[in-house]
Amino acid sequence: MKVALFVPCYVDQFYPQVAIATLEVLEKQGVTVVYPARQTCCGQPMANSGFEHLATGCNENFVENFADCDYIVSPSGSCVLHIKDHLHVESAEEKAASIRRRTYELVEFLTDIVQVKTLTSRFPHRVGLHQSCHGQRGLKLSQMSELVAPPFSKTGQLLGLVEGLELVQLNRADECCGFGGTFCVAEEAVSVKMGKDRVADHEAQGAAFITGNDMSCLMHLEGILRRQNSPMKVVHVAEILNAW
Amino acid sequence: MDSRDKILQAVKAGRKSTPPQTPPVWTPRTPAIEELTTRFETTLTGIGGNVVRVFSWHEIIEYIHGTFTASQRILSAVPALDLPAAAMPAGPHSFEDVDLIVLEPHFGVAENGAAWLTDSRMPDRVLPFIAQHIALVLRVEDLVPTMQEAYARIGSEQYELGTFIAGPSKTADIEQSLVLGAHGPKSMTVFLLQLS
Amino acid sequence: MVSPSQPHPDHATLAEKFNRDEARVDWHDKTLWFIREKRDRAAHTLPEWEDLRETASQIKHRVLDNLHDYLLQFEAQAQRNGVTVHWAATAEEHNQIVHRIIQQAGVTNIVKSKSMLTEECHLNDYLQEKGITVVDTDLGERIVQLAGEPPSHIVLPCIHWKKEEIGELFHRHLGTPAGNADPQFLTGAARAHLRERFMTSRVAITGVNFAVAETGEVVVCTNEGNADLGVQLADVHIACMGIEKIIPERKDLGIFLRLLARSATGQPVTTYSSHFRTPRAGQTMHIVLVDNGRSARLQEESFRHALKCIRCGACMNTCPVYRRSGGHSYHYAIAGPIGAILAPALDMKRHADLPFASTLCGSCTNVCPVKINIHEQLYDWRQVLARQGYVGGVKKIGLTGMAAVLARPRLYRWSGTVGRWFMKSLPALLNNKLNPWYKQREMPAVPKQSFQEWYRQNRQQHGQQR
Repeated sequence: MKVALFVPCYVDQFYPQVAIATLEVLEKQGVTVVYPARQTCCGQPMANSGFEHLATGCNENFVENFADCDYIVSPSGSCVLHIKDHLHVESAEEKAASIRRRTYELVEFLTDIVQVKTLTSRFPHRVGLHQSCHGQRGLKLSQMSELVAPPFSKTGQLLGLVEGLELVQLNRADECCGFGGTFCVAEEAVSVKMGKDRVADHEAQGAAFITGNDMSCLMHLEGILRRQNSPMKVVHVAEILNAW
Repeated sequence: MDSRDKILQAVKAGRKSTPPQTPPVWTPRTPAIEELTTRFETTLTGIGGNVVRVFSWHEIIEYIHGTFTASQRILSAVPALDLPAAAMPAGPHSFEDVDLIVLEPHFGVAENGAAWLTDSRMPDRVLPFIAQHIALVLRVEDLVPTMQEAYARIGSEQYELGTFIAGPSKTADIEQSLVLGAHGPKSMTVFLLQLS
Repeated sequence: MVSPSQPHPDHATLAEKFNRDEARVDWHDKTLWFIREKRDRAAHTLPEWEDLRETASQIKHRVLDNLHDYLLQFEAQAQRNGVTVHWAATAEEHNQIVHRIIQQAGVTNIVKSKSMLTEECHLNDYLQEKGITVVDTDLGERIVQLAGEPPSHIVLPCIHWKKEEIGELFHRHLGTPAGNADPQFLTGAARAHLRERFMTSRVAITGVNFAVAETGEVVVCTNEGNADLGVQLADVHIACMGIEKIIPERKDLGIFLRLLARSATGQPVTTYSSHFRTPRAGQTMHIVLVDNGRSARLQEESFRHALKCIRCGACMNTCPVYRRSGGHSYHYAIAGPIGAILAPALDMKRHADLPFASTLCGSCTNVCPVKINIHEQLYDWRQVLARQGYVGGVKKIGLTGMAAVLARPRLYRWSGTVGRWFMKSLPALLNNKLNPWYKQREMPAVPKQSFQEWYRQNRQQHGQQR
């Protein structure tokens, strides 16, 4: 099984430790991981702002990089969802379609494809899980509070295998944090208010860490935590799964 | 071309023939009377209505006389009850000072505490809405589980006006505080009648 | 309300203003979240909930596919029932028709129960100009009407008002004692005030929740009973509806009425669900069928399903942006996620900001009782608006530059390195008031190397790089 690692652009630039953790977690599970070096981005920043048509070059580059592997795995529900929903390349539509099918977010790859039953990780802290919307409602990484359907959580399932980790219950299980791509600057006031409320929910439950499947949401929450001089920290779920 | 034609033409241009979808299967339910009664009672009480279980017509009269005074204007459209009948000809505005109207709906719905009334059961259409209080007499055997069974029961009946009423008139428009008696009845009592 | 012709501040600006009073935002958010929780509890009492949503969605789908036939069937049945049916292509025409009926009745005071369609058409303003006084009889609508505002929510029109403010408003307009803010008392005062209007109005306007093609009847749902009191005390009933309110058969109501109130407020059903089939003896009944852009939308594959909406407001209650920006920040009769996909269809330029007033979290789609893919339509609207040139210059320039970089791996590596160097060396470039990220958030700490650089250093020897 050959897996190509897709590292979202902002993770590459600002959170290399998350990409390293992803790589190592996969390798610990015996997966052969390659990293196509000419990759850049999924194209979501343009598309979510209405400029899907400007993402052509970006999409072509994505297809060139990832056409040749069994799976594409990425530590971001949002970028993965974007690929699955919107990756199209006119000159290579078949390849694009195949990539759309073969792309997985890290957690769902571990639970659904690798079918991880045990982990050798330890994270002895109180942790709150922020369900990033694209991973949750888009990729269905966990059941959504709006639906009348049996509960499950792929991320929760993995975190349950981590030694010492205590998962807190939030008042609002799957409220959006307000990041929303360019929304976070275009609608600064509402975005920050949403983020503050999200942080407050974790604080009220006595969490020491906020984790999640998307570093973009966590970057936004981290920005707020640091401005508030809060002792609470953010940590990507890959870092927890890789912690010992 | 007038607006009717213009609209119809434009709507026709938007016509599509999506292959028929398979709707989820629905089968009517027939729970036991006691289950329906309990559900109806719990639900209606939960939305501000009163439920009084009675076993004779006489009990209803006693209850009403024990709750309302002789000076209050009570009208009824339930022939079996010895109460002043709501007469037609005066016109809707003449009912403004009615304190209690007693009506007999066709059936009730357990899942939401609603009762189905049509014009045939109300001498004037305004009565259930204008009175200060409303009381309904509902036989326990006339309860259906949900609105789906309710419409199956209504079928293609040619009523002029039909209405589901579930509890007293209410509003929560001021800071989500529930207030009973917005414009219509301030209370609704349902006599669940079980004759042996 | 901002008149349709005037320019108005965009959602972000209005939302920023709303957020200056954080305690009030918290109160607004909690009030609406409370309703969302009530909706969840109501939905969870029915194991068949998701089946009901699917069934409702399919019925509406069928309606949209065959609207032409259903409209004709509805018209014929309604006429057979003794109802006069009118067709209005535009808001203006709708207002003219309603005005003509009122004129024929020879009255200048009328009552109206809740109708989002008449809000959309600005009927009250129109009639006011013609010398006709319209009293909105829904308590929440009456409150905002007295305050000279549009509703901020389609189901809860004055959800943004605090009881003390309503007490003050009633003191000024209805003469209630100053300082009395008790909801029970204030509702009683409104009851007395409006009872007098009901008793004297000979024309009553209502909205329509559902119009049944099979029977020609219209169904109106209220909790207050204001639609019923208005209609049953009037000589003329005018029911105004968008053409998409049609449903095929009466039995379909069994599905929709199970969903509507539970989705809206968490109630098992509204207090009154009245089926108006024929006018009362001596009364006349009119139904005004309004297009106002709906037929055009029906022809757009991406957006036609927005016409399934049954106006329950669940998408507003669940929307984390709506809860923290208030209904008026949407500057359209219908606020929130559904408003943001309906408004641009009417006027792209005026409402180009609304599809961007969302994080695309998708909660709206999940609560929608007729399963409208609201968040996907928000995304699609963004594409349409950008292509048509309605998305701001700065955003466009920035994203064009970004797209150019992201299409070129070598340029991407170079600019990443340069960018991180700048962030580390000259934080003042970014950490200033002009950077909206930095206003209330710290910038991420800058690592010494990117993952690509780390990978080249640490893993290249494995020969895994292509």
